[in-house]
Amino acid sequence: MVVVFTGPLVGLLISAFNKTLDPTSFSLWPDEFTLENFVQAKDKNVYLYLLNSFIVVGFGLLLQMLVSVFAAYSLARKKFRGMTIVMLLMLTTMMLPEEIIAIPLSLVLADLPVLHLNLIGTYAGMILPVGAWGFSILVMTEFMKEVPVELEEAARIDGAGELRIFATIIVPLCRPALGVIGVFGFTMIWDQYLLPLIVAPESDMWTLPIALRSLRSDEEVGIGVLLAASLLALLPSIIAFLAFQRQFMRGLTSGAVKG
Amino acid sequence: MTSTLAPAPRRTRSPGHAPKSVRWRGPLIAWLFLAPALLLFLYFKFIPMFVGLWKSLFKVQTFLGDEWVGFQNYETIITDSEFGAAIWHSVVLALGTTIGSIVLGLVLALLIEGPARYLWFVRTAAFLPVVTTMAAVAEVWRIMFHPADNGLLNIVIGWVGVDPQPWLASEDTSLWSIMLMSIWRGTPYDMMIFLAGLVGVDRTLYEAAAVDGASTWRRLRHITLPALRPVFWILFTLAAIRGLRVFVEVYVLTNGGPNGSSEVLMTLIYKLGFQKNELGVASAGGIVLFLATLVLTVIVQVLRKRQAT
Repeated sequence: MVVVFTGPLVGLLISAFNKTLDPTSFSLWPDEFTLENFVQAKDKNVYLYLLNSFIVVGFGLLLQMLVSVFAAYSLARKKFRGMTIVMLLMLTTMMLPEEIIAIPLSLVLADLPVLHLNLIGTYAGMILPVGAWGFSILVMTEFMKEVPVELEEAARIDGAGELRIFATIIVPLCRPALGVIGVFGFTMIWDQYLLPLIVAPESDMWTLPIALRSLRSDEEVGIGVLLAASLLALLPSIIAFLAFQRQFMRGLTSGAVKG
Repeated sequence: MTSTLAPAPRRTRSPGHAPKSVRWRGPLIAWLFLAPALLLFLYFKFIPMFVGLWKSLFKVQTFLGDEWVGFQNYETIITDSEFGAAIWHSVVLALGTTIGSIVLGLVLALLIEGPARYLWFVRTAAFLPVVTTMAAVAEVWRIMFHPADNGLLNIVIGWVGVDPQPWLASEDTSLWSIMLMSIWRGTPYDMMIFLAGLVGVDRTLYEAAAVDGASTWRRLRHITLPALRPVFWILFTLAAIRGLRVFVEVYVLTNGGPNGSSEVLMTLIYKLGFQKNELGVASAGGIVLFLATLVLTVIVQVLRKRQAT
């Protein structure tokens, strides 16, 4: 079973360092070890695409975590009118896959209502839409509900203001949940395909996943560069998963089995 | 910021009422903390949704201005044979992938269930396909699907004596090849969810069944599967919805080809919207996809309720 599920990935790992450049040279046994594919990748801008991916995922994740923590604080610790509607809206966004709104989203991004900004061809166009994610907010909200009210009350009696309570008590206690939403958010943003496809028409803004397609059709380079680039596109999420496995599994079960 | 609990001058007020400033301050703070999320959702989810709904009623033309066509775009979708084929392919792909992943995931979960330490490694390794980037994985599979005798998958099936297959290159096999990769990617996820569900099965029932001399099959049939029923429903709904809106897999592996044999709704919508500039029809396609998702969810919920009672 392990072979079936990891075989293609191991094959990629081996083939990316393989010397032969024959289009079928994907194999589970190396012929000759070489780094040449990764050197050639530089001429094909692979590292620029990788950098773009990191820019988008870095700022996107930061924004997403901030937004989630703020929203969760309100949903978990406050009672206010309209809360049910807000919760319902969050759930709706989770039911509404990005693919369905891809076409109108491209129109909205080209001319933001009221603000009249054009986000096509900007990093902001790739970052802002992933900033709010229902899943992150809900996981965070569930976690924040567990923080004892007594802590908050004690701080309030000591004269701490709202922001202080939020920043010095609630957020530090939510560190494990931050790990969960961080690793899920990372893989989610890293895996984005349609959004960068819509937003980045010029190749110098492509992220690595969408750049793979053009590497494939580039006849000057062999398949080795494509494989090297694919490996680079896969590694970050694999590393994130291996490093944060426990959080990952926790998020998985809390997100799916509930209900 | 002054504390709201600072001793305020006592006025004659029933004890249940907070001073006026406190009454609106609480909700205001709540809404302020929510504002970033709501604003982003508004701009990048809800407004696009309504724009899509609105544009689906127009013939969208960039310089000539939009022309109201009513439900004509929807008519196009329903009657057009290209759309019909794409919808059919989407459904086949969604169902095949969902059922394949659930069955395989369950079998694997039952096989590797247990507390043994070494299983940790098996689970981790098996889970890797789920977290990996779709676009890169699809490139890898595209190469493995190489249709000649020396394609990797053809070599592998050659070991068990199966003739080389054309995989993505033939109209007859392209959709099934995509399904194969999707099942590969979906199975570990389902397996993990089943494993999480199996933890909740009451162990004493197994012991009781063992005492009664029940066979493994009967234990599975009468204890394990009923206990997992909620998990089945969740997985089925999630996977079927995900399957209907599949895009990247098809876009990277075949881009709908050969000869439209693997065209799905999303690849068709994408081509209409971004290559042929038929934004009105493409928007209507998005709405149809949304409705299909909604209907599917409702059906599953109704079935689930009926089974539960």
